[in-house]
Amino acid sequence: MALLQISEPGEATAPHQHRLAAGIDLGTTNSLVATVKSGEALTLADHDGQHLLPSVVQYQKDNIVVGSAAQQAAATDPHNTISSVKRFMGRGLDDVKADAHGYEFIETESVPRIRTIAGDVSAVEVSSQILANLKQRAEESLGGELQGVVITVPAYFDDAQRQATKDAARLADLNVLRLLNEPTAAAVAYGLDSGSEGVHAIYDLGGGTFDISILRLNRGVFEVLATAGDSALGGDDMDRAIANWMAQEAGVELDDAYLQRRMMNEARRAKEALTNNDSVELSVELAAGKAWTGLIDAEKFNALIDGLIKKTLLPCRRAMRDAGVSVEEINDVVMVGGSTRVPRVREKVAEFFSKPPLVDIDPDKVVAVGAAIQADALVGNKPDDEMLLLDVNPLSLGIETMGGLVEKVIPRNTTIPVARAQEFTTFKDGQTAMAVHVLQGERELVDDCRSLARFELRDIPPMVAGAARILVTFQVDADGLLEVTAKEQTSGVEASVQVKPSYGLEDNEIERMLRENVEHAQDDVDARKLREQQVEADRVLEAINAALAEDGDALLNDEERATIAASLEGLKQARENESAAKIKYAIDVADKATSDFAAKRMDASINKALSGHTLDEFE
Amino acid sequence: MDRNYFELFALPVSFEVDISSLSERYQDLQRSAHPDKFTNATDRDRRLSMQQASMINEAYQVLKDPLKRAQYLLNLNNVDTHSESNTVMDTAFLMQQMELREALDDIMDASDPLASLESFSADIESQIRNLISQCQTCFSDNTEDSLKKAEGLTLQLQFLYRLREEAEDREEALL
Repeated sequence: MALLQISEPGEATAPHQHRLAAGIDLGTTNSLVATVKSGEALTLADHDGQHLLPSVVQYQKDNIVVGSAAQQAAATDPHNTISSVKRFMGRGLDDVKADAHGYEFIETESVPRIRTIAGDVSAVEVSSQILANLKQRAEESLGGELQGVVITVPAYFDDAQRQATKDAARLADLNVLRLLNEPTAAAVAYGLDSGSEGVHAIYDLGGGTFDISILRLNRGVFEVLATAGDSALGGDDMDRAIANWMAQEAGVELDDAYLQRRMMNEARRAKEALTNNDSVELSVELAAGKAWTGLIDAEKFNALIDGLIKKTLLPCRRAMRDAGVSVEEINDVVMVGGSTRVPRVREKVAEFFSKPPLVDIDPDKVVAVGAAIQADALVGNKPDDEMLLLDVNPLSLGIETMGGLVEKVIPRNTTIPVARAQEFTTFKDGQTAMAVHVLQGERELVDDCRSLARFELRDIPPMVAGAARILVTFQVDADGLLEVTAKEQTSGVEASVQVKPSYGLEDNEIERMLRENVEHAQDDVDARKLREQQVEADRVLEAINAALAEDGDALLNDEERATIAASLEGLKQARENESAAKIKYAIDVADKATSDFAAKRMDASINKALSGHTLDEFE
Repeated sequence: MDRNYFELFALPVSFEVDISSLSERYQDLQRSAHPDKFTNATDRDRRLSMQQASMINEAYQVLKDPLKRAQYLLNLNNVDTHSESNTVMDTAFLMQQMELREALDDIMDASDPLASLESFSADIESQIRNLISQCQTCFSDNTEDSLKKAEGLTLQLQFLYRLREEAEDREEALL
């Protein structure tokens, strides 16, 4: 007898439906998009067959150009052509000024902006152009809308840089399943390929960032033991070292943006050519009709970059120390990022780890490929997948205490997600407010750490000094993003912030930008809100129905069932409504009606996870 | 829901923990609770999963590390090791601590500070191992007296951990 599968509207969609997902490597120099097709993860090419998209955006008066066309325009239109924008993500004016590459930065109340012919643009907006370009590439190639993406970030990115990346994705209308650390992504691509268990070091030197991650691969679980790095160190710095040397040889100053671009382009060409040649001839136009020519050999190049390479080895040492592993315990060293093509880098890394590094996977593509594999799993195409990625927070998180000192709440290299709480008290009689200043970094003084956010807990009932009990809780999610709440325990007064970085965009600013975008008029923003709520309503209905079918009989009594059924009915009706607010309210009601049930189910699933083990195994 | 960390991992409440089965259980628990397994779930369930995964991570950190494990066991026995008023500290040990700290300061002026630091760290490491094995005995005896003794040992362990950290920081500064 054939069994009919009966499903109600809004209930489980067809289980075998393949959902479209992609992995995006948003790089300093180049970006890529990859996806899993018929079980294989591949990077996607553009119309010209190019996989790498140069991370360059040129702002013209009425047009925005992304990729190689923009890169070609860099030398002739340096002020409106923005490259290496990743360096400016989540950074304040002081940070970017020191590293401005000749752009004109404008101070605004939130993030610094770059002046272009098409208006002032933030790093988040520039990055969103790159993401939108890759999104279009993926959707054309896959023939449908992407349901979600995994975007990679340097492991050493701080909270502000991560939040900025997520904001850029939101501007590009992408649903982010996860921000994944680049070395972890590389490990996924590499580890699944070779199936090798054990401890691995991932040395990732890109265009503008350096990461080292030490991780253990065991039974499909990638457990990051420690990570360290430098979020402003990469191939760009090698180019600059060559360019500065060339300028010195040519007897010129690099104060002209056009000349600087020409020098940097020539430096990059020389660096790349030196991978396979002992020496390279150099030629740069200094002024109209006046050129400088010269020669650089491997020895000179090595001397110029040895200091930079050395700067990568100290983080390697620190990561090994934090991971508690020695050089002998590391099975493999995997090289990731275009800058690891430089022979001197390979030589020094081999020397440091006492073993030749693995270079067999294309160092440019490996991160995107790993991200695609993870995106495919997260979007739900591999329900029984054993793979699990356990990452860490790269930098310590703390709070300002008396005397400008930082008290660490979550130390670096703690596995995420993580929640930690610490109690503080008032120091004055009758104090009714407390300022909470959240910081990230390893140093003891507030001034030496990066300020993430400030907020205030008000309406504390007046008490004698030291009597209030203020519990500050830090919660870091799986993306590495922090949320801080403060609660006065005796009165229950509460305040919380989703840490909006000091140099981040406000929510309303993002909304305004979406609106300003020609394609996103006011109607579009409202329509999007409605669509988001409808999607969430469907998700809630689907999830609760599935949960009821699975555990309803075992965990609920009749009364509880009836309450849940009523809330579901309400949600179903609201779902057909054209009001986002009404749907949201109905979702809240359903959430409340099922909260005990959800907690019981979570508990049961935890029990089940260890059902193979019992206490008496040990007795 | 109010399980202690040992119960969460279905392990006996004991100072002795088999690290390999602990980490295997940790992986099994995270495979069922981690937010990555809830990407298509509702916002509320995702939040719940994040809280559970955070708790499992915390429990794992505590059970994995001998000092944190000892402190946790004492807390289960209603002894607060973080309290400032805790003075169960033997004078001889305090003297020895001061000497070690001085020795650490002197190392920076030694002719080969890195080598001296290395032997200093090895010494600290062996003291830590020794304290851990003493803790083991006390916790397994599990009498009021032995727990009192474990409390003192745990405080000593805390000191040595800090000293080890300082030695590592200095090593980093030297490189």
